[in-house]
Amino acid sequence: MNWSQLFLSVFYTLIFPGFLFTAVIGLWITWVDRKITAVIQSRIGPPWYQPFADIGKLFGKKMLLPRDATGFVFAPILAVTGSTLAAVIVFHTLMNPTIGFVGDLIVLVYLLALPAIALIIGGASSRSPFGAIGAGREMSMVLAYEAGFLLSVVVVLIKVGSVRFTDIIAYQELHGPIALSVSGFIALLVALFCIQAKLGYLPFDISEAETELIGGPLAEYSGVGLALFKIARAMLSLVMPVFIVVLFMGAIQPTFVSFLGFLLKLLVVIILQIVVKATHARLRLDQALSLFWGQVAVVGAVGVVFAVLGW
Amino acid sequence: MTNTLFNWCFKKSIWVYHVNAGSCNGCDIEILDVLTPYYDVERFGIRLVHTPRHADALLVTGPVTRQVRERLLRLYEATHDPKLVIAVGSCATCGGIWHDSYATLGGLSTVLPVNIYIPGCPPRPEAILYGVAEALGLVPKKVTEQVFVEA
Repeated sequence: MNWSQLFLSVFYTLIFPGFLFTAVIGLWITWVDRKITAVIQSRIGPPWYQPFADIGKLFGKKMLLPRDATGFVFAPILAVTGSTLAAVIVFHTLMNPTIGFVGDLIVLVYLLALPAIALIIGGASSRSPFGAIGAGREMSMVLAYEAGFLLSVVVVLIKVGSVRFTDIIAYQELHGPIALSVSGFIALLVALFCIQAKLGYLPFDISEAETELIGGPLAEYSGVGLALFKIARAMLSLVMPVFIVVLFMGAIQPTFVSFLGFLLKLLVVIILQIVVKATHARLRLDQALSLFWGQVAVVGAVGVVFAVLGW
Repeated sequence: MTNTLFNWCFKKSIWVYHVNAGSCNGCDIEILDVLTPYYDVERFGIRLVHTPRHADALLVTGPVTRQVRERLLRLYEATHDPKLVIAVGSCATCGGIWHDSYATLGGLSTVLPVNIYIPGCPPRPEAILYGVAEALGLVPKKVTEQVFVEA
C-alpha cells in the first residue's frame, strides 16, 4: 500500500462515504423526523439546523465521568466506529461494485449490531440504576430483533446464493427486485420491523424510554459522549434504510433515472419509519419480546422455508 | 471563533429540566402549557429532558422548602456547565406569600445564582416563553442592567 492509497482510504473512511457525509445526512434525517412529527401533531417544528445546533452545543459542554466507570468513554467511540465502518462498506460497494469482498454482508450485519452493543456497555458501566436497567432491556431487545433480522438476511442469501454485496446487486439486475417474490416480500416486512427496533424508534424505544428510564443507557452521558451516541444513531438512520433498499428493492445502476428511483425508495422507507414512530405508543418489554420471538420470528422462518422452496 | 459558534449553538438548543422546589403546582401547570403543541417551544430548539445530565437550563418553581435545598444543590452540581437557572413564579422569585415562613428559604436566589426571574402567580405561558427568550438574547431586554456602587 503506497501513500496515495493510504490517503484515499482515510478520505473514504473519514470524509466522503464514511463519517462526515453520513453524519451530516443522518443528522438532517433526524430533523426530517422531528419536522414530520411536528406536522402530525399540528405544530411548526424546529428549524432545519436544529440537530446541528444540538450537536454543536453538546460538543461545547463539559462531560462528567462517573467514578470507576471503565467502559464509559470507550462505548460512544465504539458506537461511532461501528456505524462509520458500516457506512463505508455500504456506500463504497454501491459506488464501485467491483470492490466488495466475500462475506461483506456478514461483516455488515455484525457492524450494524455494534452501536447497540456499545449502548449496552455504556449503560452497564455508567454506575447508574437507570443505565443498568436500560442496558438490560437493550440486551433483551438485541437478542429478540437480531433473530428476525438475520432470518430476513438469510432469505436474501438463499435466493442469491452468495454472501457478497455485489452479487446481490447483480442478481437483482438480472431477476428484478427480491421484494417482488413471495419470500422476499415476507423478508422485507420482517426486516422493516427489525430496523425500527434497531434504530430505537417508537414503538420499540424500550431501552431508552425517556418517561420512565430518563434515557436509559444515555442517562449519565453528557457533552461529547452524548453527542457521539446521537451521531452514531443518526448515521444508522441513514445506513439502515439504504441497507434495506439495496437488499430487497432492486439494483442501482450508474444512471440518473436509476439513482432517482433509489432515492425515492429510500425516502419511502424513511418516511414510513418516521410515520410509524410518530403515531405509535411505546410497547412494554414483554409485549415487544413476544412480538419479536413470536410473530416476527415465525413469519421470518416461513419466509426462509419459502425461499428454500424457490418461491 | 469557536466560542461564537458554540454560543450560537447554545442559544438555539436549550434543553430544560423542570424542578419543583415546593411549588403549589400552579406554575408547573403553566410550564406544561408551554410545552404543548399550542405554544410549541421546539420552534426555538427548547426541549424538556428528564435528567439533569442532559440539561442546559433548570426551570425552578416554588419557594424552596427547607427539605428541597440539599436536592436543589445536588441537582445544580449534576447539571453541566454552561447552565442557566430560571426562577418561574412569584414564589421562586422572592418567596411569594411564603416569604417569611419558617418552612421555606424564601426564594431561589438564597440557594442558587439565578439568571432570570419570571414573576407571576402563576406566570402566563407567554410570560415564561418571553422570559426564556430574554435570557437567551432572542428579544431585547426592556430594562438595561445597572450596577450601583456606594460613593
